[in-house]
Amino acid sequence: MSDAISNELRDHLAKLIDENEVILFMKGTPEGPACGFSARSVAVLNSLGKRYAAVDILPDPRIREELTAISEWPTIPQLFVDGELIGGCDIMMEMYETGELAETLGVEQPTGDQDDPAQAQATPQSQGLQLENNLE
Amino acid sequence: MADVNEIKTRIEAALPGATADVIDTAGDSNHFRAEVTAPQFAGLTRIQQHRMINEIFDGELGGSIHALSIKTQVQETEGAAQ
Repeated sequence: MSDAISNELRDHLAKLIDENEVILFMKGTPEGPACGFSARSVAVLNSLGKRYAAVDILPDPRIREELTAISEWPTIPQLFVDGELIGGCDIMMEMYETGELAETLGVEQPTGDQDDPAQAQATPQSQGLQLENNLE
Repeated sequence: MADVNEIKTRIEAALPGATADVIDTAGDSNHFRAEVTAPQFAGLTRIQQHRMINEIFDGELGGSIHALSIKTQVQETEGAAQ
């Protein structure tokens, strides 16, 4: 029974990754990140002005378990673009600084005084996704 | 609980020839940053390089080690440029 539930959740997560060009799995929401690493990741994405889907993994520990099973990546946040794991906060920051993240997302690297994404305010670029949680 | 020296030793033992600079970023033995230079990273993507480090601490990241921030760099082997 529990196997069936976890497979169902895993399939649902895989579908979300597949269906959303840019999707961030994070702790909290883009408007209210619950961890510094998630906050930095959101700031970077917002500063690039690319629309992205965001999934809060905190409401149910099984979300993180199943996500890790898919990605084989132990930590949160996790950014996927075109169905592929790009990385967590460290890789996102490094790729942001080199301009590779903008390239991966197909956007222009912002110029000027907005170089510090940690200072960027949340903009309405994100589209929070609610995981349908009917697994209780 | 882990400490800076344990993390450094484990990375350098797992990747012979690597150098790991590890700091405890929050002073709480829970949040670490490791800057790792290793010859084994040559030709790998960032994801693959980070996975090599993650595997050393399999099952501990997010748990007993709340956070390990990683920066990777390829160790150029001497004479490689010739």
